[in-house]
Amino acid sequence: MSGPHSDARSLSESGLIMGDPGPTGRFGEFGGRFVPEALVPACMELEASFRQAWIDPAFRRELDHLLHSYGGRPTPVTECLRLSEELGVRVLLKREDLAHTGSHKINNVVGQALLARRMGKKRLIAETGAGQHGVATATAAALFGMECVVYMGAVDMERQALNVFRMELLGAEVRSVESGSRTLKDAVNEALRDWVASVDTTHYCLGSVMGPHPYPWMVRELQRVVGDESRAQCRQILDGKDPDVVVACAGGGSNAAGTFAGFADGTSSVLVGVEAAGGAAMHNGIPGVLHGMRSALMQDESGQILEAESISAGLDYPGIGPEHAHLAAIGRARYETAGDTEVVEAFQRLSKTEGIIPALESAHAVAWVIRVAGTEVLPTGSTVLITLSGRGDKDVAQVRDILRRGGTTPR
Amino acid sequence: MIVEPVAPGRGVLETTLRDRRESGHKLLVPYVTGGMDDEWLVTVEAVAGAGADAIEVGIPFSDPMIDGPVIQEASLRALGRGTTPAGILADLGRLHVGIPVVVMTYYNLIYRAGHQRIAGLMAESGVSGAIIPDLPLEELEPWAQAADDAGIATVLLVAPSTPRERIAAICRRSRGFVYGVGRMGVTGEQSSLAGSAREVAERVRAATELPVCIGIGVSTPEQAATVCEVADGVVVGSALVRRLLEGAGPVGAAEFVSSLRVALDGG
Repeated sequence: MSGPHSDARSLSESGLIMGDPGPTGRFGEFGGRFVPEALVPACMELEASFRQAWIDPAFRRELDHLLHSYGGRPTPVTECLRLSEELGVRVLLKREDLAHTGSHKINNVVGQALLARRMGKKRLIAETGAGQHGVATATAAALFGMECVVYMGAVDMERQALNVFRMELLGAEVRSVESGSRTLKDAVNEALRDWVASVDTTHYCLGSVMGPHPYPWMVRELQRVVGDESRAQCRQILDGKDPDVVVACAGGGSNAAGTFAGFADGTSSVLVGVEAAGGAAMHNGIPGVLHGMRSALMQDESGQILEAESISAGLDYPGIGPEHAHLAAIGRARYETAGDTEVVEAFQRLSKTEGIIPALESAHAVAWVIRVAGTEVLPTGSTVLITLSGRGDKDVAQVRDILRRGGTTPR
Repeated sequence: MIVEPVAPGRGVLETTLRDRRESGHKLLVPYVTGGMDDEWLVTVEAVAGAGADAIEVGIPFSDPMIDGPVIQEASLRALGRGTTPAGILADLGRLHVGIPVVVMTYYNLIYRAGHQRIAGLMAESGVSGAIIPDLPLEELEPWAQAADDAGIATVLLVAPSTPRERIAAICRRSRGFVYGVGRMGVTGEQSSLAGSAREVAERVRAATELPVCIGIGVSTPEQAATVCEVADGVVVGSALVRRLLEGAGPVGAAEFVSSLRVALDGG
C-alpha cells in the first residue's frame, strides 16, 4: 500500500504542477478515494480504463472528432473591446458558452460517455446543480443511445425548471432529491447511492473535478482542452504573450481546472478561481472528507457539512475539487469570492457592453474582474482571460424576477 | 463493561464474539442511531438485554451516503436535536450494557476531531470498536494505527464486488469481526434476502478466522436465520430503526430483537 509520501513523489516526478496524481490520486495532501468498499473496485476499474484510453490514439481521435463535429470546438476567444475600455484592462473571454449545450460541461461528458461505452456500461447517472451538467449528460446519453438518470436537488429543480424540461426532452429521467439542503451536495449523495446499487451496468458521469480518484484528475484532463486552446489563442491575440491573469469561476471547479491546466505549467500567469461568497470552500472551509475526496470543505466544529447558499445553483456546493485546494496550498492559484449583488450587476453589464449573456456561474468571474480592475491585482493596462464557462439563457427568468423585486435574493 | 480476560492482540470485541461463536451461538448485532430520540440510551440498554451480542451505535453525519431513507431520517432527527459525536461518546460512557459497543460513523467526523483524540474519547467511553464505511483499506492508515493504539477495533467491510485477493487483505487488517455487506446498495429493508448475502458470507468465512457478520439488507428473523446458515452473525439496522421512527420505543425494539434472537437460536 502506498501512502501520501509516494503520491507526492509521483506528482513531482512528472515535473508538472498539474500532472498525474498517481495511483492513489493525491494532489499534495488532498484527493484520495474515500468511498465505501462496494465502490472501490469500480473506481479502480475506471482509473485503469481511463489510463488506457487516454494514451490510446484511437480514443483521442474519436473524442477530438466528436468535440469538433458535435461539440462545436474549438470555441473562440473574444476580445471585449467596450468592457476593456471601461475597465482600463484588456479583457479576453474564452467562449465556452458557445459549446454545444451551452457550457464547458459537454467536454467532460462526451469523454466519459465514450469511456463508458468502452467499458460496456449502458446506463449513465449524473448529479446536477444548475442543470448544465445534467443537460450535457442527457445529451451524451442521447448521442450514444444510453439510458440516463439525473439527480437534482428539489430547490434547484425549481430554480432551473427549463433545464429540467430540457433533460426530459433529451430522454433523461430527472429524479428530485428531497434530502438535506436539496441542492447539489445532496444530489451527489443520491447519485452515489444509486451507483452503489447499479455499478455493474452503470457509469457515474460525475460533473466536476471532485469525488473519488480518478474523477478529479480524469475530469481535469477532459476539460484541459479549454486551457490548451485558450493558451494558443491568447498567444495569437497577444503577440506570443500569455495573459497576466487567468480567471474562472469555481464551484466544484471543473472549468477552472481545465483552464488552469493550460497555464499552470510554463507560464507566469496569475491563476484566480472565483467562488460564490455563500459557497466559498477555499475561503471559509477547512480540510475534510466528503464525496470520496479530501479537500477544503465548509463544515462545523464537529465535522457536519454546512449548506452552501448562492444565487447560482452551479456554485451552491460546500466543497471544491482537491486539486484546487492543492494549487492554493502551493501558491500556484488564488481563490477569491463574489457576492450575489455584484454578480447580478456583472450579468447585466456583460450583456449590455458585449452582447454576451453569461451564466450566473460565469458572471462570478466577470464580477471579480470588474471589482479589481485598476487595482494592484489587475493593474491598468494588464491583460486578463476570463473563461466564460456557460451562457446565461437558463438564468434569464431568475434574474428577471430578482430585478423586478428590485434587488438580489439567494433563493 | 466486559471483564473477561483478553487474549494478547485481541480486543474485547473479538474475544467476546469468538467466545460466543465457539459456544455454538450465532451473533446478533443490532444498530441504533445515537441521539435519534430522547429514549435512545434506554433503547440501547433494552436491546442489549434482549439477546444482542454486541451493539452498533451510529454517530449521525449530515451526509450519510451509504445509508438509505430510514437511517437518513434517524440521522436527521438526531442532528436536529443537537447531537454531536462528543455528546454521543459521553452518553455511552455512562452506559452499562455488559456487551461490546461498536460505533459506526463517517470519516469526516473522525478526521475533524483528530484520529488520536477521538480514538482516546472512544476508549474512555468504553467503546470497543468502530465501523467507518467510507474509509476503505487504502485510506485506512493513520486512523487504524491510532485506533489500534487506543484499543479500538476497526471493523472493515467486504462487499459483494470485492475481488478475492482484496478480501484476504481486508480480513488481515480488520479487527473485532469482518462486516460482510449483504447486497450491493445502501442500508435499508428488503422483502427478500439477496443471493449475494450468502455468497459474501462464504467468501469471507473462507478467508479468515475472525467472526463474520452480515449486514445491509438483513431485515427479518427469517432472513437472519438464513444468512447465519453460513455467517457467524448478523447486523440489523434499518428494520430496527424504522420501528423506532414509528414509535415502537425501547419495549418494541426489545421485542423485535428478541424475535431475531429466537430465530438465530433455531426457534
